[in-house]
Amino acid sequence: MTAYTATVTVRLKRGVLDPEAETTQQALERLGFDLEDLRSADRFEVDLEADDAAAAEDRATEMAERLLANPTIHDYDVEVAEA
Amino acid sequence: MVAVTVAVVRFGGSNCDRDARRALGHLGVDAEIVWHEDGLPADTTGVVVPGGFSYGDYLRAGAMAARSPVMAEVRAVAADGTPVLGVCNGAQIGCESGLTPGAFTTNRSARFQCEHVHLRVENADTPWTAAYDEGEVIELPIAHGEGRFEVADDRLEELRADDRVLFRYCDADGAVTDAANPNGSTDNVAGVLGDRDHVAVLMPHPERASLPDVGGTDGQGVLRAFE
Repeated sequence: MTAYTATVTVRLKRGVLDPEAETTQQALERLGFDLEDLRSADRFEVDLEADDAAAAEDRATEMAERLLANPTIHDYDVEVAEA
Repeated sequence: MVAVTVAVVRFGGSNCDRDARRALGHLGVDAEIVWHEDGLPADTTGVVVPGGFSYGDYLRAGAMAARSPVMAEVRAVAADGTPVLGVCNGAQIGCESGLTPGAFTTNRSARFQCEHVHLRVENADTPWTAAYDEGEVIELPIAHGEGRFEVADDRLEELRADDRVLFRYCDADGAVTDAANPNGSTDNVAGVLGDRDHVAVLMPHPERASLPDVGGTDGQGVLRAFE
């Protein structure tokens, strides 16, 4: 078994309204920043032990599918690195 | 006479559980509050998943409660034909648990909104809306920060084609407009059915509009499904 850290990034699907991101963008613009767009995402770092990186990725993917992301509104990606 | 007992499932952070019990009691429906860890009573004849802020809305509103053991029980009794109603946080839990389609997420305003809204009854041929006429306009309160209904376009078409939409936000005259949409919900959807007619969720609060002295009585019709 090897120690891995799986990083799961969960973001709204393209086209799904993100009022918090819009509000954040407006606040940045109020501070004088010039920007075209802003997107937010949630990042989860999961430490786990697995036989290999593929097994760690499989488990983290299932975590995303079953809890961390809501497939109706979210896309996600998973990256695995040795801890 | 067979005892009829509706289980109002209380999570840590539920806050509309007592309102639901009182509103059902006013209609003569026996209801009891059930702590989620205790599971559903054996004689449960209906389930209300009430509003509130279960698990502090951690991760997403309803995400944690939807994966609690009691919701597996709720899905099981729903599959056996027991009526299940999710209101507000209960609606978020219903969608997160797969009982009903779509998802409820952050309001277009990015703010918590507490106000009265008008709803048009889209389908009066369900236990939850049989007391109303199709096209009837009712008034209920909303109180939510994450009530914007989101659903994929193709899924929305299926819901429309199968007549699964219960209520849509409208103005006082019944016109479904963007101005009458309090939270940016897709197609103004305020409440939907699950795969079968006896499972429903809605963001507005029928239990807060069921006692004549408090908030009107337009919500009674929804709760009459448990009679």
